[in-house]
Amino acid sequence: MSVIKVENLSKLYRLGQVGTGSIFHDVNRWWHTVRGMDDPYQRVGEVNDRTQKGSSDYVWALRDINFEVKQGEVLGIIGRNGAGKSTLLKILSRTTAPTTGSIKVKGRIASLLEVGTGFHPELSGRDNIFMNGTILGMTRAEIKSKFDEIVQFAGVERYLDTPVKRYSSGMYVRLAFAVAAHLESEILIVDEVLAVGDIEFQKKCLGKMKDVSEKQGRTVLFVSHNMNVIGNISDKVIIIDDGRTYFFGDAENGVDQYLKKTIANINNVKESINLSFQTNEFALQSVVVCQKNTEGFDFINDLPLSIKLKYEIKSRLIGFRIGFDVYENKSSMVLFRSFHDDLIEEINYIEPGVYNSSVELPIDYFKEGSYSLNIIVGIHNHKWFTKDDLKLSFNVVKAANHNKTYADTRPGVISPVLKWSQH
Amino acid sequence: MQEEHWDLVIKPKSNLLDINLREVWQYRDLLWMFIKRDFAAQYKQTLLGPLWHFIQPLFTTLIFVVVFSKIAAISTDGLPPLLFYLSGITIWNYFSSCLVSTSNTFVANAYIFGKVYFPRLVMPISVVLSNMVKFGIQFLLLMVVMLWYAFKGSPIHIGTTVLFIPILLLMMAGMGLGLGIIISSLTTKYRDFTVLVTFGVQLLMYATPVVYPMSVVENAQLKFWLSINPLTPMVEAFRYALLGVGTFDSIQLLYSGIFIVVVLLLGLLLFGKVEKTFMDTV
Repeated sequence: MSVIKVENLSKLYRLGQVGTGSIFHDVNRWWHTVRGMDDPYQRVGEVNDRTQKGSSDYVWALRDINFEVKQGEVLGIIGRNGAGKSTLLKILSRTTAPTTGSIKVKGRIASLLEVGTGFHPELSGRDNIFMNGTILGMTRAEIKSKFDEIVQFAGVERYLDTPVKRYSSGMYVRLAFAVAAHLESEILIVDEVLAVGDIEFQKKCLGKMKDVSEKQGRTVLFVSHNMNVIGNISDKVIIIDDGRTYFFGDAENGVDQYLKKTIANINNVKESINLSFQTNEFALQSVVVCQKNTEGFDFINDLPLSIKLKYEIKSRLIGFRIGFDVYENKSSMVLFRSFHDDLIEEINYIEPGVYNSSVELPIDYFKEGSYSLNIIVGIHNHKWFTKDDLKLSFNVVKAANHNKTYADTRPGVISPVLKWSQH
Repeated sequence: MQEEHWDLVIKPKSNLLDINLREVWQYRDLLWMFIKRDFAAQYKQTLLGPLWHFIQPLFTTLIFVVVFSKIAAISTDGLPPLLFYLSGITIWNYFSSCLVSTSNTFVANAYIFGKVYFPRLVMPISVVLSNMVKFGIQFLLLMVVMLWYAFKGSPIHIGTTVLFIPILLLMMAGMGLGLGIIISSLTTKYRDFTVLVTFGVQLLMYATPVVYPMSVVENAQLKFWLSINPLTPMVEAFRYALLGVGTFDSIQLLYSGIFIVVVLLLGLLLFGKVEKTFMDTV
């Protein structure tokens, strides 16, 4: 049974400032309506791509969105910043109205576009539970009957009679989410509220969201940029791109589609390493990170990654070494290897010529994250050609098929799949 | 095919007369929470707390006594000046605080309206009600002053006319609310009016017999203009009901009543039209 039916939903926004310019438009629009004509500015509405400069002040934040959500389903809403996700949530939660189209709903909607809406800093946690709960549509009696549960879920019992302005931001979010999680509504709409709070609490929230849909048969719509979370808890996914539906279907497929799409976008941008690096003995010609012969900067780690180096040796070198290290951004070195380390026999010297070296990093090796690859070239026990300036960055946007059981990311930098045995 | 039943349909525009007062009633708990919050939060971390509710009208009254009674020597209809001004200020304060604080409903609450849905009318109604509590406190002060004068032997009779006070109060509430939501609806996009409200209310006070009684107005033309002001009979009637001085003109009050109904209806219409999309322009 469908509980939400969105039909041809569109939303037109006017950009720019409100001032004397906009009053002319308002009067003009009014004059058209009086004569029973269409809004003239809907015709000049443009596709909403925030990166492109447009010629019209009007953009379609959403254009002809259609989808249905069945009872008990979890729908993940994804899309890059400014794609129209929040506009959709705003219309669903009735904080603004659509320009055309309609949404039909069965049951009560509770929306969590922000946690702690209506919290008053001067009031105590206890008072704010009631304040926030009633704002979200609960009655006092409902809140009273769930009060102990809420307090327990939030885990802030000790601070219950302290004004919330004295709370740490984490405690604030805990309390707020606890209230929302105990709403009785049939449909729950959640914006990216999980960006705050510690791992333990995030896990608790996700568990709760899964719980309300599976055990209580309630419907959940939520926005997240974390593809692991989306993949783990949602049944279906809608990808919104420039205000239009790019994809609507089952979650696993949707996440893949989205990642492939974003990767394609990013890998179109050629960022190149400083190749002017030259000495009398050695010149680096190219460095690429690739997967199955496709170069890129962003990878889904489901196939081995390889690093390919092309360089010229200008004179016979004894003890030549070329290698790399990998840093996880903002943390420590992950890996330091040179081809020499991994070869079995010692190469005494290298003749002049152009060489290609490539190395394969095993599937599953890297966790999601940004890494920087640093090329190191030198003569053993003698000198380094490079000075930490040959850097290339790459990102792993989705680790391969493991850690499936958990929504949160694991600590640590690498995550190879290891063999376990039990006796 | 059987038509499916939907609990809620979100559409671009609603009918003109789609004023959902039943929904406001469903949210009565929220109304109560807002009133409580208003009151509880206002004087947190002040030493005098709710005493501030007394101090403000008392000082205004003292200034009025000095300026209008002592210096300008305007008649107070035979009442002790303190009592005359305090009664006027009490009822006027109620009206003006209702008007000023409901007139920025949308702008002041945009942060919360943008995040969650509830019938927007809950907000201005809660303001009017919580101001009623403040009125109650100031009314108490007025009673104390009255008792003090009665004790000193001033001729003060409290009659059955006191029963009109709740009705007058409701009328004032309706007037403040009606005008307030009209202004708040008109100011979501173009803020020009908001500048007008605060000082407009101040000026309006002088066009209402708050600091002078109607009986001192002798110029017929002036009298006419003053009686066009629907607030005039209400303030006069308030004094009459409480202190037995002033005029109680039922025709004039009927005029005020009709005026209020019109303003309220117009306000509800405008408010209902604006509330759906004001977030886009606020």
